[in-house]
Amino acid sequence: MSAKTSSAETSAETTMSDRKAAALAAFKDLARDPGVPKPDPILVVDGVTRRFGGLTAVEVAHVEIQRGSITALIGPNGAGKTTFFNQLTGFDTADAGKWTFNGQSMSGVPAHRVARAGMVRTFQLTKALSRLTVLENMRLGAQQQRGENFWRALVPSAWRAQEDAITEQAEELLARFKLDAKREDFAGSLSGGQRKLLEMARALMVKPELVMLDEPMAGVNPALTQSLLGHVKDLRDQGMTVLFVEHDMDMVRDISDWVIVMAQGAIIAEGPPDTIMSDARVIDAYLGAHHDAPLSESELEEQLHQAEAALEAEIEEETQK
Amino acid sequence: MEGQNPALTYFEGAPLRRAVIAFTAFLGGLIFLLAVPAQAAAPDQGLRGTLKLQGQPVNGVKIVVTTEGGQPVKEVTSNAQGAWVVPIDKPGKYKVTLDVKTLPQNAMIRGGNAVRTPTVFSGNVSTVLFALQLKGAAGQPADEGGESSPFLDQAAQLTFEGLNLGLIIALAALGLSLIYGTTGLTNFAHGELVTLGALLAYLFNVGFGLHLIPAAVIAVIAGGALGYLQDRFFWGQLRRRGTGTIAMMIISIGVALFLRYVFLILFGGQNESFAQYTAQPGIEIGPISAAPKNFVAMGIELLVLIIVGFALLRTRTGKAARAVADNPALAASSGINVDRVIRIIWTTGGAIAALAGIMLGLSQNLKYTMGQDILLLIFAGVTLGGLGTAFGALVGSLVVGLFIQVSTLWVPPELKSVGALAVLIIVLLFRPQGILGRRERIG
Amino acid sequence: MDWITIISTTVKSAIGVETVLYALAAIGINIHFGYTGLLNFGQAAFMGVAGYGLAVTVTVLGLPFWVGIGVGLAAAVLLALLLGAPTLRLRADYLAIVTIAAAEIVRLVFRSVQFRDVFGGSDGQRGFSDGFYALNPFPEGEYGIGWFSFNHRLLWIMLVGWVLVALSCGIVYLLMRSPWGRVLKAIREDEDAVRSLGKNVFSYKMQSLILGGVIGSLGGFIYGLAYASVQPDVFGTETTFFAYTIVILGGAARVLGPVVGSMIFWVLLVLVNGVLSEAVQAGYIPFMTSIQVGPVRYILVGLGLILLLIFRPQGIFGDKREIAFDVR
Ligand SMILES: Nc1ncnc2c1ncn2[C@@H]1O[C@H](COP(=O)(O)OP(=O)(O)OP(=O)(O)O)[C@@H](O)[C@H]1O
Ligand SMILES: [Mg+2]
Repeated sequence: MSAKTSSAETSAETTMSDRKAAALAAFKDLARDPGVPKPDPILVVDGVTRRFGGLTAVEVAHVEIQRGSITALIGPNGAGKTTFFNQLTGFDTADAGKWTFNGQSMSGVPAHRVARAGMVRTFQLTKALSRLTVLENMRLGAQQQRGENFWRALVPSAWRAQEDAITEQAEELLARFKLDAKREDFAGSLSGGQRKLLEMARALMVKPELVMLDEPMAGVNPALTQSLLGHVKDLRDQGMTVLFVEHDMDMVRDISDWVIVMAQGAIIAEGPPDTIMSDARVIDAYLGAHHDAPLSESELEEQLHQAEAALEAEIEEETQK
Repeated sequence: MEGQNPALTYFEGAPLRRAVIAFTAFLGGLIFLLAVPAQAAAPDQGLRGTLKLQGQPVNGVKIVVTTEGGQPVKEVTSNAQGAWVVPIDKPGKYKVTLDVKTLPQNAMIRGGNAVRTPTVFSGNVSTVLFALQLKGAAGQPADEGGESSPFLDQAAQLTFEGLNLGLIIALAALGLSLIYGTTGLTNFAHGELVTLGALLAYLFNVGFGLHLIPAAVIAVIAGGALGYLQDRFFWGQLRRRGTGTIAMMIISIGVALFLRYVFLILFGGQNESFAQYTAQPGIEIGPISAAPKNFVAMGIELLVLIIVGFALLRTRTGKAARAVADNPALAASSGINVDRVIRIIWTTGGAIAALAGIMLGLSQNLKYTMGQDILLLIFAGVTLGGLGTAFGALVGSLVVGLFIQVSTLWVPPELKSVGALAVLIIVLLFRPQGILGRRERIG
Repeated sequence: MDWITIISTTVKSAIGVETVLYALAAIGINIHFGYTGLLNFGQAAFMGVAGYGLAVTVTVLGLPFWVGIGVGLAAAVLLALLLGAPTLRLRADYLAIVTIAAAEIVRLVFRSVQFRDVFGGSDGQRGFSDGFYALNPFPEGEYGIGWFSFNHRLLWIMLVGWVLVALSCGIVYLLMRSPWGRVLKAIREDEDAVRSLGKNVFSYKMQSLILGGVIGSLGGFIYGLAYASVQPDVFGTETTFFAYTIVILGGAARVLGPVVGSMIFWVLLVLVNGVLSEAVQAGYIPFMTSIQVGPVRYILVGLGLILLLIFRPQGIFGDKREIAFDVR
């Protein structure tokens, strides 16, 4: 809990650029090895394994997430990123492993308790609550609502005041995410990109310390992407920690302070965004291990772009379903 | 709101209206077909009972009904199914006496009391119970021990019967499970396909005087045809409209209610049996005694299951069916004609459900609720195995059938289904996806 | 044909005992299915344990009427807990199968010879309603004008029934406008999303199951008291399916939907039943016997359910955009 107060204090006195600088400073002299210890980790994972029949979807020996930073989790399709998220957030039970959040053990803790502890995730396939209005979607995210107790729910005066406060907070966030015009619409009527925005805004209603975003930009048009990127950066500047999955390397480079690479269930490399893609292990993972000779810079770029285009097409297909 | 979202926009009803008309027409034809052997239903107020000795009906037993004061009301004898009915005009208390002299030589009433004094309530048929048992078998039915352990003998007998029941359930469950796997439909009307098979066979057998074997063949073919038509003109149309699975499930409940009571009107509320193979003398093989028809029936059931299983594993269509059940979208994109596969599944499913009905009618009685009564056991089998997996349904059904019969070693027979359903619930506690099912992916 | 009888029974059925008890069962299902998306196909069991709880307490144990009501309510809550614990983590279709199975278990136990001393076998129990009618404030007699009249017993049970319906609707109205109701509706939409927002989904589903079950159980009491008896087969799956038809007819996830649905449902059934039996008796429909009229109501319900879901899944008065379950 001391971590919480210290981050709150710092947010009062630091400016936005300081946040980024602080995060970058923390990563400055770190080794590039998978599982390298961080100076102030908010999340520490040890030996998490998940098998589906014969397939080992996740097998992470050790990884730490630095507090107050934006960390990207990348890796080829089927690397196990989503499954890893599911284990950490209690949506699926890991076969083995331990992890702590803010020093508090989270292994085996059910999903709703994980969220209450301040670790909130979004989903790769957006989960808008279609037949609730946008505003109701937002209100749902607020914690410790008096009116969510059965008996108090029967007495409107017991929860009205809190509801008004929640509504105010929700409207602020909606305005920030440019969804305020849609506040009374059913969430089901939003476009795919707007749903992504709504899901992120709704997650923020929980007031989390760690936000875990599973492909927040997939299927979002470039203009909206820019504003989404801005929102993610804002989160860090407000003192939150962000862990996100993304396939688009340009975006990863743009906003992340640190990158973790997963392949075939394991963490294979870590490093700063601008150099991680030249790591041999990463190239192997993305392009297959058949490249014996080292590639030139331009060849590498070319291949990466091809791979990205293929990935993007796939995501496009996925979201259009 | 403009309703751009596909989930909220509405749809045109025109093709569907056609579907409904077609469906109604199909049912109209069915009514016409089945109308021939229409019989008087049970009275809606009176007394009734069924006499059975070791599971076999006892006929020709005289039952005397008088008023409480001793005024004679009616005398009846039990029929070939062991059943007797006395309609009663005035509600009140009555005295029912079983004439012990008319019981078979080896039979006696458990407890010895041959008089019952039931009350008839207005609009109700009260059941009067006379439990029969073998003479000399005083308390425990398994007391008359031979050389080998009677308990084991009985266990062997019950295992045999359980296998028989399990195979019948499996026939019906296979279709249900494949339909679920390929279309997402939890079909509450599947039991009515079972009833339909049995009643069609009865129609050709008793109504038109055909021997049971050709009648059964016709019924199975008709069952398949009806399965095909049902998909072609009803469920297929609903799927094309994108009807949700929960909506389809509730629609199937409507179909089940509809069909069941059409059967009641056409067939009546009584129990019937086929014209042939009803009262076969039992033969004994080791500790197991059963009528020859049961062995033949089991042979046929096994054969059909093996053929269907083989077809699923080896033929192109079978593989395609399993692929569709696994992942319809992927199967479609890999060039499989999903609609054709589903239609084949419906046809086969209808045919083997009809066969299950005939087999059920052979080993028990024909009744308009026979499908409904077995539906939950079919569901139990399918669910135990894991919804949507073909071989899971087989395994689950056999487990259910065996469990039901063998449990009567300890559980009173009238509560045997309770045990099976309880096991279903308990298994799901530990394996929410069923025995062979897979967990769903999140996120 | 005796039109006066047909019309009078039809009009009376709009507010009759049947309408009341099915409205209560349907309000419960509306909470489960309409608001929370739980496919509880075992509602009849909730009515059954309540009715039998009252009957057995009074007749077998010889305890007073109020204790019987308490036992019935407790039995409904207990059933919800027993039913919910294993099933509420399951997928919707598994839940449907398990709840229907559980309801069958309850019914089979009630009608079994084994427990005949307690539950009375297939004849059920009677003679437990005196305590209730002793509270009747209406002196003996007929109340009403002309054919639109009820005797003092009917009037009393209908009054109590409608008060319970009004109370239940009031509770549903308050709850569904509160944050508690919001969580329920969100669970119906996507329970994983709700979980990710820190709500204990299992607990809310359980609360929904208990609340809907208890309201449904009031229907069981009304049945037992109105007919002064309970029989096991009254609480079969078809009762549950009738209630589902009513919910969809009136519009799922609408506060008054189940009440309106129940009124329309019974008016239609009684009307059709009356016209048909009169017509058969008068010989207008030569190919039908009067015994065959009974099943016709089930055929109509079946057909109605099919047509409703295909053409008006939002119910008669519903708004198609607000329809509470996925029709497509
Ligand atoms: N419920 C499940 N049952 C069986 N296999 C699963 C399940 N969930 C995931 N898998 C498998 O685990 C592997 C990892 O999947 P996961 O969704 O975590 O990948 P990912 O890294 O998120 O991929 P993408 O970038 O495409 O989203 C895949 O091979 C997938 O098929
Ligand atoms: Mg993923």
